[in-house]
Amino acid sequence: MREITFIEAVREAQAEALASDDRVFIMGQEIGSYGGVFRATQDFVRRFGGHRVRDMPIAEQSMLGAGVGAAVTGMRPIVEVMFMDFVACGMDAIVNHAAKMRYMSGDQLRAPMVIRTQGGSGTHHGSQHSQTLESWFLHVPGLAVAVPSTPQDVKGLFKTSVELEHPVLFVEHRALYRTTGPVPDPVAPIPLGQGVVRRRGEDVTVAAVGKSVHQALAAALEMEEEGVSVEVIDLRTLVPMDVEIVLESLSRTHRLVVAHEAVERGGWAGELVARVVAEGFDELDAPPLRAGSKATPIPFARELEAAMISDERLIARRIRESLDLAEYSE
Amino acid sequence: MTEGAGLISSVTSPPVADRGGSTPARGTKFHGLSDARLLEIFKTMYTIRRFEVTMERAHLAGDLYGPFHSSMGQEAIPAGVCAALRTSDVVTSTHRGHGHAIAKGAELGPICAELWGRATGYCGGKGGSMHIVSTEHGFIGQSPIIGGSGLLATGAALSFDLRGDPLVAVAFLGDGAVGQGVFHETLNLAAIWRLPAVFVVENNGYAHSFRADEMQLNPDIASRAEGYGIPGVVVDGIDVFSVYAAAETAVERARAGDGPTLIEAKCYRWRGHNLGDAEHLYRDRREVEEARRNDPLHRFRQAVSGRLELAALAGIEAAVDKEIDDAARFAAESPFADPRTALEGSF
Repeated sequence: MREITFIEAVREAQAEALASDDRVFIMGQEIGSYGGVFRATQDFVRRFGGHRVRDMPIAEQSMLGAGVGAAVTGMRPIVEVMFMDFVACGMDAIVNHAAKMRYMSGDQLRAPMVIRTQGGSGTHHGSQHSQTLESWFLHVPGLAVAVPSTPQDVKGLFKTSVELEHPVLFVEHRALYRTTGPVPDPVAPIPLGQGVVRRRGEDVTVAAVGKSVHQALAAALEMEEEGVSVEVIDLRTLVPMDVEIVLESLSRTHRLVVAHEAVERGGWAGELVARVVAEGFDELDAPPLRAGSKATPIPFARELEAAMISDERLIARRIRESLDLAEYSE
Repeated sequence: MTEGAGLISSVTSPPVADRGGSTPARGTKFHGLSDARLLEIFKTMYTIRRFEVTMERAHLAGDLYGPFHSSMGQEAIPAGVCAALRTSDVVTSTHRGHGHAIAKGAELGPICAELWGRATGYCGGKGGSMHIVSTEHGFIGQSPIIGGSGLLATGAALSFDLRGDPLVAVAFLGDGAVGQGVFHETLNLAAIWRLPAVFVVENNGYAHSFRADEMQLNPDIASRAEGYGIPGVVVDGIDVFSVYAAAETAVERARAGDGPTLIEAKCYRWRGHNLGDAEHLYRDRREVEEARRNDPLHRFRQAVSGRLELAALAGIEAAVDKEIDDAARFAAESPFADPRTALEGSF
């Protein structure tokens, strides 16, 4: 099977969408002849024309808002928000407009659009270029949230997202961009709301998305050396959220750790834990634990970032705590 | 009942202006409009006025609920602008949008029913007064997030441009929208992409309780167009013919691919920001009374006097009165929104 990088998958997914549907076009900063700051749209202007690969002023509100207007009038925009931190500048368009058009209009309007963005720590971009903010969007009915962890999932989830009738926030972790993975040809669309077990285990379940899936797998290897068998579930999308796959896993492991790079306080792990407790309380042999980042802005210096960010060491620690092998500490 | 008295000036009941002296007729040019089209424009203006008065009374009587933003006094703007549009062109609107929906051709019954929260409303009761949509009439949404309507129209214009559709998107905005950063982003984007859009700012003098001149040093909103390299036009928003002329020029320019225009229509908000607004805290009753002497309906009648038969106007008034009564009855007799639909239609 062909091996490609994560960013190549993003590029192929978008190119395939542009090639197969005239209604699809892309808006963003630096996406045109520059090819995207992460090369997600490299060579697109030559292949698809500048009218469909549209460079924007640095104006997220109008970019996202015009995307909504285009979507409700028959187009299928892909809007690239260069850094996830910048969605804050366009929240009105996403939260008050895109998410609500279909409902408010009694289903006369639909806003089929993919809002692509990337975020995350590890590249020392500082507090305003490193956040993981997908939890914000779980709270707004009308938006789907996809967070792929592999090149194949990028292509499979994107193919589904671009054909849906509602907006999808498509979140990539830039630390994954150079990772590689096998990709079948063609990639089958992956339905939203369908998690996958990445590693079978018996003692503890770890649920995660995106980069945290890879960290959970690393933590599982580490725990294996300590004689602990860890099951890793990749939820792949947060809205809809595959709670069933977690409950099924818990019926075997009875212990849960939810891992995300987002700040732990108010993060989506709380939502999953609440649903697991409500629907699977009897399966739990230990309190479900979260492995999220500390509630502080993301600092620049390596040493400072390491002291607050959620990583494989924290996930491993939470696994031990879940098994009573260590005392819980924030 | 007395709340709405005197607000419907008609040929049979003299307008406010007639009681306190006459207003000079400034709009006497018809811009090539046929008699039939003049009557259509009058019908639109009169329908908006009558609709607002009727719904206001119904609201005060407790028949409908929620915030109610009357567009009384501003009827010439939607009537004049939409007269320059085709059905397939699209319009976006604001919280003060009943008139825009009516002028774009949306039907009175489903509009009324939406205001009354009934299942037969355009949005099945999910939208309400500030979110009327009728896609079949090209009325594609209101945004009570001030400034939001401009972006929806810009996005629609982008769709038309991408597809090569010869259509135009018009955004109605209020003077309050000019304070939003998104106003700048929107006009700039529409300008650089030469999108087929027209931005119509209804400068009614107030953003809720703030006088427009308290919130911006430059009193001429249209002059901001220069900053974006697009035409800016100021029109007397009380004079439907001036509005029509400016809109027609802007719409044809947009349709020809020459880009957007910013139109500022100066007018006056007869009512408070919303029904029940504490108007006395920020403006004098006499100011309102004075402004109401300059009634767009009266201005129309003066302008067409000698060209159109008064009887024709009276006939339209009678027909509209009945249509609105029928629409209100339709709403009142319609089933309430069905709770079983509350969870449907997000995704």
